[in-house]
Amino acid sequence: MMPPMTTTALDRVAYRQSRARRSTLIALLSTVVFAAVLLFAVTSSPGWPRVRESFFNLRVGWESLPALLDGLWLNIRVLVVCQILIMTLGLVLAAVRTLRGPVWFPVRALATGYVDLFRGLPLLICLYLVGFGLPGLRLTGVPTNPVLLGGLALVLVYSAFVAEVFRAGIESVHPSQLAAAKSLGLNYRNTMRLVVLPQATRRVTPALLNDFVALQKDCGLISVLGAVDAVRAAQIQSATAYNFTPYVVAGLLFVALAVPSARLADWASRRVATRQGAL
Amino acid sequence: MTAPMLSVRGLVKSYHGKPVLEGVDLDVEEHQVVVLIGASGSGKSTLLRCIDLLEDVDDGQILLDGRDISDPRIDADEARQAMGMVFQSFNLFPHMTALANVALAPRVVHGSSRSAANDRGRELLKRVGLSDKADAYPDKLSGGQQQRVAIARALAYEPRLLLLDEITSALDPELVGEVLALVGELASSGATIIMSTHEMAFAQEVADLVCFLDGGTIVESGSAKQVFTDPQQDRTRQFLRRFTGGFAR
Repeated sequence: MMPPMTTTALDRVAYRQSRARRSTLIALLSTVVFAAVLLFAVTSSPGWPRVRESFFNLRVGWESLPALLDGLWLNIRVLVVCQILIMTLGLVLAAVRTLRGPVWFPVRALATGYVDLFRGLPLLICLYLVGFGLPGLRLTGVPTNPVLLGGLALVLVYSAFVAEVFRAGIESVHPSQLAAAKSLGLNYRNTMRLVVLPQATRRVTPALLNDFVALQKDCGLISVLGAVDAVRAAQIQSATAYNFTPYVVAGLLFVALAVPSARLADWASRRVATRQGAL
Repeated sequence: MTAPMLSVRGLVKSYHGKPVLEGVDLDVEEHQVVVLIGASGSGKSTLLRCIDLLEDVDDGQILLDGRDISDPRIDADEARQAMGMVFQSFNLFPHMTALANVALAPRVVHGSSRSAANDRGRELLKRVGLSDKADAYPDKLSGGQQQRVAIARALAYEPRLLLLDEITSALDPELVGEVLALVGELASSGATIIMSTHEMAFAQEVADLVCFLDGGTIVESGSAKQVFTDPQQDRTRQFLRRFTGGFAR
């Protein structure tokens, strides 16, 4: 049971609470003022009526929404499949790069070369090479579907990034943990699987989710291969309505997609921290 | 006399050209408690880490039951299964509960079922007095409790040899007792132990053999009584005098 509070203590608590209420109020007020000023500055600009008509036309935006949502659904499916492939491939690449011993040199070198190549290659160029170059070979069995090819290009580039994130995580696990695992007789594979990777993954979750959000946006780039995703749908709608609003709507949809991911990332890292007792 | 269980012969180890062990010889019989004493940097930890094959040995041999485990051609993972090590800073796996830490090796290395490993883990946690902490994560435990979990973890697969590397040095003084009591109990139950420590009183109490290390070699070794009350070497006398404040005169 808490000891009864003295008047001084009660007084201090009350004072602190009133200070906290005051801070909240000031924050609220300053936000409102800031927003009002910003709104006024934009709406009073000479070109505002025309910008509003071509970028923020509610009617055009509403009418383009169904087509954009259809496109976004494609983006989401590409996103999910690619993300799974990227995580798997990234993890394998990272694990391969940490292998020690001369036997593994060729595999290690190959993984290093892969990461160097695809991390450096601009995504757009990779999309063109994979999307137009691969079917151009006219080999049997090579898909010509722009969604598949676009997804492949995304996986190639992003797995290289994710591999480096994982590797940083693996190398951040303190050697004393390796010593402890080894001393228990765990072999390299089990040490990695049970001791190093769980810690590494937790540590790099924020970085991974950051890459995940970047991937969400870049999924829109498969439109350059002709896939009708949200971005391409917006382009079509803009062209028929002679108005840029569909682009703004598509942009907002992507933002809306990113917000839950960001909250998920916050929640995940907080959960790990509380469970292990750091908070 | 039977052959010793562990026999270290002429062990040499250097880090980046700086010698740490310069020819260590040590024989350990079954059920024997060997205590390594010596100043920081004298090579106690390195010797223990070499025995557990956590360091590559430069020269010399480590014979465990007559087999040279320091030979790089043998399977070190397998050789380590006969030994359990406890570290100065515990090195518990922070992402696992106390029970999961203890049950890990029996399950993964020694093929116990999950339930058998957990039963064994609970039994050991009970033995170290932590039955109620099975589901706690290491960061929620005190240093002494963490170190007891680490000892339980090292005991989980019934190793033939326990290596304890200054296991009380990172503990607050009031927590040292609970860990040493546990080690004393293990010693009297017949465990084979090699430990490095700065707890001279405890060493005197449990050691069958005390080895004083200095400059990378065992300068002097003998029974606790002999080394602590009648040291033969000047360096041992100096060390003990500095350490125990005129204890050895």
